[in-house]
Formats: sequence, C-alpha cells, structure tokens
Amino acid sequence: MTAFLDSILTGLALGAVYALVALGFVVIFKASGVLNFAHGSLLLFGGYLVAVLHDDLGFAGALAVSVLATAALAGALDRLLLQRGDPDPKAAHVQTIVTIGVDIVLLTDLSRRIGGDLLTLGDPWGDSVTRLGSVTVADSRLAAIAVSALAIGAVFALFRYTSWGLSLRAAAEDTEAAALMGVRLSRVRMLAWCLAGALAALAAVFLAAFPAPGLERTTGQIALKAFPAAILGGLTSPPGALAGSLLIGLTEALAAGYQSELHVLGEGFGDVAPYAVMVAVLLVRPTGLFGARGAARV
Amino acid sequence: MSERIPKGAVVLLAALLLCAPPFYLDAFWLRIGLFSMAAAIGAVGLGLLTGTAGQLSLGHAFFLAVGAYGYTWLAGEPGPGLPTGLAALLAVRLAGAAGGLFSPVAGRVRGIYLGVATLALVFLGHHVLLTADSVTGGFNGRSVPPLSLGGFSFGDDGGGLVVLGVPFGAEERLWFLGLALLAGTWWTARGLLRGRPGRALAALRDSETAAAVMGVDVARHRASAFVVSSMYAGLAGVLLALAFRRVVPDYFGLALSVDYLAMIVIGGLGSVAGAAAGAVFVTALPLLMTRYADQLPLVTAPGTTEGGVGPTEAARYLYGAAIVLVLLYAPDGLTGITRRVRTRLRPAAPAPAPATRPSASAVRTKEPTP
Repeated sequence: MTAFLDSILTGLALGAVYALVALGFVVIFKASGVLNFAHGSLLLFGGYLVAVLHDDLGFAGALAVSVLATAALAGALDRLLLQRGDPDPKAAHVQTIVTIGVDIVLLTDLSRRIGGDLLTLGDPWGDSVTRLGSVTVADSRLAAIAVSALAIGAVFALFRYTSWGLSLRAAAEDTEAAALMGVRLSRVRMLAWCLAGALAALAAVFLAAFPAPGLERTTGQIALKAFPAAILGGLTSPPGALAGSLLIGLTEALAAGYQSELHVLGEGFGDVAPYAVMVAVLLVRPTGLFGARGAARV
Repeated sequence: MSERIPKGAVVLLAALLLCAPPFYLDAFWLRIGLFSMAAAIGAVGLGLLTGTAGQLSLGHAFFLAVGAYGYTWLAGEPGPGLPTGLAALLAVRLAGAAGGLFSPVAGRVRGIYLGVATLALVFLGHHVLLTADSVTGGFNGRSVPPLSLGGFSFGDDGGGLVVLGVPFGAEERLWFLGLALLAGTWWTARGLLRGRPGRALAALRDSETAAAVMGVDVARHRASAFVVSSMYAGLAGVLLALAFRRVVPDYFGLALSVDYLAMIVIGGLGSVAGAAAGAVFVTALPLLMTRYADQLPLVTAPGTTEGGVGPTEAARYLYGAAIVLVLLYAPDGLTGITRRVRTRLRPAAPAPAPATRPSASAVRTKEPTP
C-alpha cells in the first residue's frame, strides 16, 4: 500500500510538471495552430538561466529573470520568425517545421554551453523530505504540485476573465471573424507564446530539482513526454492538457513503481508507457479525449 | 523549348557521371555517397507520404530500423540465416507490413496529431530494440552480414576483384548496388506520383472531402501511402545497414526522423528530385564539415578542448538555420530555387516569373496594407 501511495504522489508531482509544459503546447496551438517543437529547448534555456544567475541574484531573482527572458525569447521567436508571410491555414504546418529548425539551433547552442555538466539551480528545497503518514515525499515534489496548481489556476483565470483570454478564445474559434471584430491577432498570438515560454521556464526548475540530479543538456527532452499529454487531452483543450498530464504522470510513475511485475515489457518501460497510452487513446478518439471534433465544411 | 537537349541524353550523361566516382575517389567519399544514396531512398519515401499525401510523419526512423534490423536478423546468426538477397527482400516487406500495422492509426488520426502519434513509434521501437536482445543484440547492436547475390559478394571478400585497374572493395561494390536501388526508387516513385495514385494522394492532401466525392477511397489511400513509404524506408534501412556494417539502436532515434523531415523540406515538398537533393545536403554536410574542420574559419578541429564551435556543432547550426531560412524565404525548397533560376536564365520564357516584383515606376497605386 505504501508503495502504491508513493507511486501516486510521484505521479501527481510528475503530472503537475508535465501540465506546465503541456499547457504551453495547448496555448500555442490554440493561438497559432503550431505545435511548438522548440519547447524543449525553451525549457532548457529557462533552466540554464536560473543555473547561471542564482549565485548573483538568489534563487527567486534568478527565477524571475529566467521566466521573463524565456517568455521574451518565445515571443520574439513567434514575432520575428513565424509571423512572417501570409497567415493562410496551410502555413501552420510549415511553421511547425520551422520550430524544429529553431529547436536544433537553440539546443545545439545550449548543449555546447552546458557540455557534460550537471548544473544546480540553488532551489530552496534541497533534498529535504516530509513524512505524510507512512509515505515519505521530497519537498520539491510537494512544491511542484503547489506551484503548478497556482500557475495553472492563474492561466485558467487569464483565459476566463481577461480581454486577452477572450480574444484568444475568439481567435481559436474563428480567426477571420475575430480579426473583423477588432482582435489584434498578431499580438494575441505573441502573448500566447510568451505565456507558454514562462510556463516552460517554471517547469524547468522542478524538472531539475531533487530527486533529479540537476540540469543536464538532456533535460529539455522531457518536454517530449508532454507531447503525449497534450495530444491525449486534445490539443485545443486546456483542461484536457491538465487531465492528460496527470494521466501520463500517473502511468509513468506506476509503470516504474511496479517494474518488477511488468518485467515482461522490458526494463525502463515506464519511460515509454506514455506513448503506448497515447496511441491507445488516439485509436478510440482521434482528436484526443477533449479535443474539438473537426467538422468538414464543404 | 525546342532547343532543349534530348532527355535521354541527359539521363545517360547523369548515369555515366554517377558511375565514375568509384574509379577516382577514395573510400571516404564513397561512404558519403553511399549514406547519401540510402538517405535519398528513405527521403523519397517520406516525400511521398508527407509531401504528396500530406501526412506528417516523425516515425520514419522506426521503419528504417525495421528494414535494417529485419535484414540483419533474417540473414544472420542468431536468426533464420536466409540467403542474403531473400533476407533483403523480406526486410523491405517487413517494413511495409509494419507500416500496414500502423494503418488503423494512420487512417484515423490527422495532421499534427498524426505527427505526434508517429513519434510514439520511434520511442516504442527504440525500447524494443534495446530490450529484445536475442533478436537485436540490445544496446551494442549486431554486425550486419554482407549481401551476396548469385555468388557475388558486396563485402570485402578478399577476392581481389579489380575493375579497370581499380581494386573493388566493399565501398566500390556497394556504390553500384546503391545506384541501382536509387534508380529503381526514382523510377517507381515518379511513376506513382505521375499516375493515378499520385493524383489521388495529392487530392487527399488538398481536401479529403473533395477527394472522397471524386471517388478516392480515403482510408485505403491513406493507409497504402503509409505502407509504400515504409517500404522505401525499409529499403533505405537495408542499404544503411550494409554501408555501416553494424546496426545500433541509438542511431534510429528521433533525431534521425527529424533529419528525414529536414531533407524533404530543404529539398522541396512533393518532388522526387528535391527529396534526393535534400538527402545529399543533410547527409553530406556534417561529414564534410568534420573532415575539413581545420580549414574552416570559426570551427575548431574535433578533439580540441579549448572553447569554440566543433565541426559537428557547426554543422548542426547550419542545418537548423537552413531549415528555418528555406522555409521562410524559399518555401518550395531547392527545387523551387532551381526552377526560379532556370526561368530567369531562359530569356525566351513567355511570361516573367510571378515572384519578380514590379519595378517602382510600374507601381501606380499604393497597395492596401493587410
């Protein structure tokens, strides 16, 4: 039972961090129709800034700078590279591939700087743990759950109560009508990218915190696991991203926790279990659990 | 158009030029050529799927792996130890079957969703390659038995085959095998694209509803595009395995899939020649930069510890930037660029290319800003 609870808590913490990344995918997709393959390197960029700056600015200051800088980088990426050319619907596919190119350049540069090092981020939780009944949890995991819940709540509030959120939802519903109603699409889009960048920087902190050894050049690849989370929930649905992330986090933690029972599937199956779950869900619901059913207009 | 050189002569000249390198170049260049040819075969397959049929696939590395490992297992020990020619043929069929098995997903899932779904293939496939030791050899991979057809071996058999005064080792022999396979690929893919299936697939890409109304069987065509593309990938995998002489799981990762996507994008979507050109560019660039690192500015030789940009990194920068620049400034890739250059060079062209901007004096009214 303890092992089970342990896996559940680990899964929730993982899911909370994936949700930060997956929500970024969804916000970007809703605003621009692009699947951002550069998200992993944006995340790594955020983490790298915290690692470099925390000696001088303290953890909180470094995190604030990193979140702002990553948001600015994401916004600039959208404004300067992706928003060129005419906004026809086919362009979203092309822009998706542009983000792959951007990812290659950014990732090469960051890996070159990080090299083989393990960078510490100087986070306040360190390796301290808390006992909850029979279960021991790392403080960083509890913090991950709490901070993610706050951040995700704030994002949902932004969607619901601000004029930007309204514009974003309108633009996602019908781009042309939104533009005619006076929505400044390019600005709505850019802000969406900024928001996603900020969330990615936040996620980087928890991905590099205990029990992970620190920030490595491969940390960004974890964003790839948020792909199944975002797809599973449906790329157009923020609550779907949340549900998908929790499902993926729990799947991964349970598959790793019960590895001895699952040894038929091979060592390290926990790492690829999210993809198996995703394919199974897509077979039944091709646009994810909460995704918009595409209706073809003739 | 009448003064153009006859097409047959061009093809013959190209064939002669492509047959020459083994007699003049050393193994390093031949290996670059071999990898490029294998990549071109795979890229043509992906071009068919993503460029023509409009199905985004990031799972190409998986089908390459099926081809490469399929051949190695079928022809090798442990394994059935079949005659190598038969094993190569079966490996290609096996890759096609893997594509067919994926068709329930490929037939239903669309657009970006399909791209991520195929990503799953790469990760699950990599996991299987690592864990199924008895077939794949696990992390360290397996060595690949050389292909031999009708008693003629495409490996170093020590027989000392000498053609026109040039000793023919594995690279020289595989060069001609690669050329033959590439020619076959080129010919079949062009046939497919220009015939009924190609038109049906292009119609699907532009509008599924319209294609269905015109009588195209949507699910069947989507699935068969996947199967055909996987078979090309399988063939490319076999050739790669023969050229590498060893297959390892880590080679067939996501980066390889992205490489293939980059090839068809840089070359120009929907064209066989473009896919081949893109394949040569993406494959040869890092190898050439590593070789000539000491002569390039801003690049340090491999192995030096001082700061600076190593050749592999420099190649990755260039390659990432190439993807971005091509898509932003020349969305139809290398094919589009050659087409534009050709139109410029031909003075008798009936109309100027639409891409050329009107001169300032010709602009009478200010265009409304969008």
